[in-house]
Amino acid sequence: MPFPKLSTAFGQGGTPTGVPTKITQGSRTRGGVGESTLRPDGILKVTGEFAYSSDLWHEDMLWGQILRSTVAHAEILSIDTSEALATPGVYAVMTYDDLPTEVRHYGLEIQDTPVLAHGKVRHHGEPVAIVAADHPEIARRAAAKIKVEYKELPIVTGEASATAPDAVLVHENRTDRYIGHVPHPNILHRQPIIRGNAEQAARKADFVVRGEYHFGMQDQAFLGPESGLAVPEEDGGVHLHIATQWLHSDLRQMAPVLGLPPEKVRMTLAGVGGAFGGREDLSMQIHACLLALRTGKPVKIVYNRFESFFGHVHRHPATLSYEHGATRDGRLTHVRARIVLDGGAYASASPAVVGNAASLGVGPYEVDHVDIEALALYTNNPPCGAMRGFGAVQACFAYEAQMDKLADAVGMDRVEFRRLNAMSQGSVMPTGQRVDSPAPVAELLRRVKAMPMPPERQWESSEGADVRQLPGGLSNTTHGEGVVRGVGYAVGIKNVGFSEGFDDYSTARVRMEVVAGEPVATVHTAMAEVGQGGVTVLAQIARTELGVARVTIHPADTRVGSAGSTSASRQTYVTGGAVKHACELVREKVLELGRRKFGSRHPAWATAGLLLEGGKVVTDGGEVLADLVDVVRGEAVEVEEEWRHRPTEPFDPRTGQGDGHVQYSFAAHRAVVEVDTELGLVKVIELACAQDVGKALNPLSVAGQIQGGTAQGLGIAVMEEIVVDPRTAKVRNPSFTDYLIPTILDTPTIPVDVLELADDHAPYGLRGVGEAPTLSSTPAVLAAIRDATGLELNRTPVRPEHLTGTA
Amino acid sequence: MDFLRPAGWEEALAAKAEHPTAVPIAGGTDVMVEINFDHRRPAYLLDLNRIPELHEWETGGDHVRLGASVPYTKIMENLRAELPGLALASHTVASPQIRNRGGVGGNLGTASPAGDAHPALLAAGAEVEAESVRGTRLIPIDEFYTGVKRNALQPDELIRAVRIRKADGPQQFSKVGTRNAMVIAVCAFGLALHPGTRTVRTGIGSAAPTPVRAGAAEEFLNAALEEGGFWDSGRGITPSVVRRFAELCAAACDPIDDVRGTAGYRRHAVGVMARRTLTWTWESYRDASKGGA
Amino acid sequence: MRVNLTVNGRPQQADDVWEGESLLYVLRERLGLPGSKNACEQGECGSCTVRLDGVLVCSCLVAAGQAEGREVVTVEGLADHAGQRAGGTESRTGGTDPRTGEGTELSPIQQAFIDAGAVQCGFCTPGLLVAADEMLERNPDPTDEDIREALSGNLCRCTGYEKIMDAVRLAAARQSEGS
Repeated sequence: MPFPKLSTAFGQGGTPTGVPTKITQGSRTRGGVGESTLRPDGILKVTGEFAYSSDLWHEDMLWGQILRSTVAHAEILSIDTSEALATPGVYAVMTYDDLPTEVRHYGLEIQDTPVLAHGKVRHHGEPVAIVAADHPEIARRAAAKIKVEYKELPIVTGEASATAPDAVLVHENRTDRYIGHVPHPNILHRQPIIRGNAEQAARKADFVVRGEYHFGMQDQAFLGPESGLAVPEEDGGVHLHIATQWLHSDLRQMAPVLGLPPEKVRMTLAGVGGAFGGREDLSMQIHACLLALRTGKPVKIVYNRFESFFGHVHRHPATLSYEHGATRDGRLTHVRARIVLDGGAYASASPAVVGNAASLGVGPYEVDHVDIEALALYTNNPPCGAMRGFGAVQACFAYEAQMDKLADAVGMDRVEFRRLNAMSQGSVMPTGQRVDSPAPVAELLRRVKAMPMPPERQWESSEGADVRQLPGGLSNTTHGEGVVRGVGYAVGIKNVGFSEGFDDYSTARVRMEVVAGEPVATVHTAMAEVGQGGVTVLAQIARTELGVARVTIHPADTRVGSAGSTSASRQTYVTGGAVKHACELVREKVLELGRRKFGSRHPAWATAGLLLEGGKVVTDGGEVLADLVDVVRGEAVEVEEEWRHRPTEPFDPRTGQGDGHVQYSFAAHRAVVEVDTELGLVKVIELACAQDVGKALNPLSVAGQIQGGTAQGLGIAVMEEIVVDPRTAKVRNPSFTDYLIPTILDTPTIPVDVLELADDHAPYGLRGVGEAPTLSSTPAVLAAIRDATGLELNRTPVRPEHLTGTA
Repeated sequence: MDFLRPAGWEEALAAKAEHPTAVPIAGGTDVMVEINFDHRRPAYLLDLNRIPELHEWETGGDHVRLGASVPYTKIMENLRAELPGLALASHTVASPQIRNRGGVGGNLGTASPAGDAHPALLAAGAEVEAESVRGTRLIPIDEFYTGVKRNALQPDELIRAVRIRKADGPQQFSKVGTRNAMVIAVCAFGLALHPGTRTVRTGIGSAAPTPVRAGAAEEFLNAALEEGGFWDSGRGITPSVVRRFAELCAAACDPIDDVRGTAGYRRHAVGVMARRTLTWTWESYRDASKGGA
Repeated sequence: MRVNLTVNGRPQQADDVWEGESLLYVLRERLGLPGSKNACEQGECGSCTVRLDGVLVCSCLVAAGQAEGREVVTVEGLADHAGQRAGGTESRTGGTDPRTGEGTELSPIQQAFIDAGAVQCGFCTPGLLVAADEMLERNPDPTDEDIREALSGNLCRCTGYEKIMDAVRLAAARQSEGS
């Protein structure tokens, strides 16, 4: 049956264009790399049988509950748990004093986060005590009976208060590796990027524009709440079924706190309901295991939505001050910038976010003279860390606003101005790193601009205005009055993979054997499938590399080596690379086996290039030498190997110079919006995206990633923000009633144009896809709103009061 | 917690008399949120789902007697002609799932200033039919809201129905939220033309401690329409009159700054909605007059 | 308290239900039907959407006691529900693979979600499927704006909704060709 006409025209022309990598091995095997094969977990997900972490159940299971601080910064004078403990149905209540070992803090990089508050809380919603009971309501009631006496302390909530001479220190006695080069103990990390001489270059600029921009705190708002089930094991260990982005990172942080050797902490990935960076840090992992080990019973913890807002880090809010200069003919002379990120009370991934914001702070442009300083603060605000786009998002919002301003000052078309200054392969980044793979920034801009425009006044119909297509939507606020259309463009640059010298690797175990008379490949990695479709792609890689139809994806767990995190757009690259590598080794072994068994029967075994295709060993000329079944029967072949991408270097702490990133990815957006200029309400009509993906391993998934990332960028542009009261540092909107994410009526059509320019250093030439579209979406929408309203708009999200002068 | 499941209305009234602290639950769209998030632990939940008459409406006479639990979806689908303002307001309530469960009785019982039905009820003119074992009384809608999330019900009373005047002219409803669907009102405005009495009524939501009417604006507009002979002539209303009406509506607000919006924005937006809804309703009125002539 | 209800055509009984429990909790934790999801528990996301006596509702906002004697259809029963509507008899063909679900009978909307790439993390999927199926029951030939309005109570954080739109269009097209 023909597919109906779709608004999502993949590749605008229907297929990706460009120069993709040529694949020989596996090119004749169905379901391999480059096809839009369907998700292996799709059926379970549409029938409701897929087991997410919050769906788990165990005989005799208890429910865990966390008591969190009601104030942001306070000394804890006393905790009285007696009444809670006496509640029938309660099996355990634990505080800091009940922790089993001297290791009582954890953290992704800096171990500054207490498992349970120790004498002090540093932010609103910090875990203070945990309870296990036989019904969640009993656990909740018991937690409410714990009496905590606080003595409130002064709070620091921004750069001014945090770095004042008499500022209260969020962390006293810091010993982390950043303390040596920060100007104040409430500054967690500071990274300058100095290239050329921006001060001198500024004097040669014919036009200079400046701006200060503010980026709100965004929540990942994954739909599957933090949850998991910890089951005590007979050997004194514990088995945790968990939704996370990185099993081995969790394990590394958990085991010392639990007082267990790593091999006694077993981890299995449960179904993950989205992540977007919010599961990079631990949430309930240690708490569930502590309660399970204490009670000897399985313990399940499921956050509700309210708790989820306190249970994970958010995207850093930021203040960004920029100065851009250009010559009369439109060439960028210099960029000076200062990016202040609010890291909140604990470090999480802040140092790496700073590195990204700094090193990607000028965007995908050629600039010889750069002076950037990025830093993250320690404050009493909610902790911030990883979220899709990771520091590059905030910078992109600011530098793209600047590029529009500067284009206007020079008197050039905004897109042409960008294209003139666009970086390309061979360009040198402000870090001194030469970009050694395609960087089609100008081409992406050209393509996104060339897409057909959505028709005007789509909302008009013979029966009057269709409010569903107007700003305000179903709320019936306009029938066309005050509505003005605007168009905006933006482009961004994001690094792929872990940077700054981090040993970024993944591990894959691949097995080929005969099952029920068929050759079957089993792929076992610890990669967290969080929805991105990694499991689909790993199976495709195995089909391509091993020429088999059937691939089994083994559940992700810690019985295989680390896969690294499902973040930084890296899993297809790194775990995909590891699976490809392991498959290649398996293939060699299979061919070796074949030569041993059948080599004497045909000379081609020794002389020809051999491929595995369609379950057979074939020569590169296409002649069939043997069935894989016959080669592998009785002799399963298995390989487990680590695979790493090219190493990166740390940035020099003073100059920021260094080959810090392994790969860059680029996306450009065009936003078309309609603004009710009187009420300040916005309807995004279309968000077109062009992105280079190197090689689309699964075009359907690639489009899904681009559209999903684009929608999250739209959210931060017009509605999403965690509002923290500056007087109390308390979160004011921890719910889906007041933290709004886009509905299907807020999200426009998102046509996608995919370019495939191979990066020769990456498996199949691929480029990480997931994050780049989250960058340029927000500034494109902002630019379109500016276009419609003529307002300057230097903060995101834009609220109706900003558009109506009533803030 | 006890779950009371009266099978009929009399039984429900008796239960409420016996347990005045019992929290009535119908659609559950407010009460269950509070229970799920541990904000409320009533000793008794009084389930009203099983009482058929609460889900029924009667349209005889000059008003609609709307059962307290008639879901918003049914109002949208069945009462658009009689209650156009309320039907429009119903369409802005949350999501299809919520509109299938929630009803006007819940909005009134909760009496949140942000309840979507209130501006439409105020503009149309309505009475709340409150009943207890002691008897029935009709509370004029203008006297029903007594404070932030407080209403004129006695502890032993339940809302049986709302008696809403049938529309004798065009009605409109607008609501501002920062999302294009599924949003709680930042502020809302309802307006009803009553050609029979040559009056205009308004309702403002989420811009004062309680839902309110813009009394001064109504008086001004009623007088201006009368003096200008607009009802008879069917002329377009003078822009200065529309502007003044909008200003007075904005002035009727007593809003606060909160996480959903600023007080200044609410005042401003109410003014814009007042102007637009007056324009829309008056256009309809003129079209109808022309059509009738 | 005890609650009796019919879920996906089967009579069910839950004992020791706490009076403040939601229908969602009873389905997930007492009846072994975790397909309906617990993303917000405040009626703002639609991931717990079920049919209650045929009506589309958020099961997180239905008190367990209110479901007494009612009929509930969850995502687990959607294929049967859609099959009965289409006039088909329940035809379970062969065995299913418990690991992948291969061989499971699917409703048109379920199949379309898989085919169109509308499933990523999948947490919103059950609620969206129940809502989309209910819309197609009422409105077999929806416009794009009809689809958007009908699904405006179901949040998705992964897809940007485009593939969901595609899936519903696809299911509608297949349904009309099939009829």
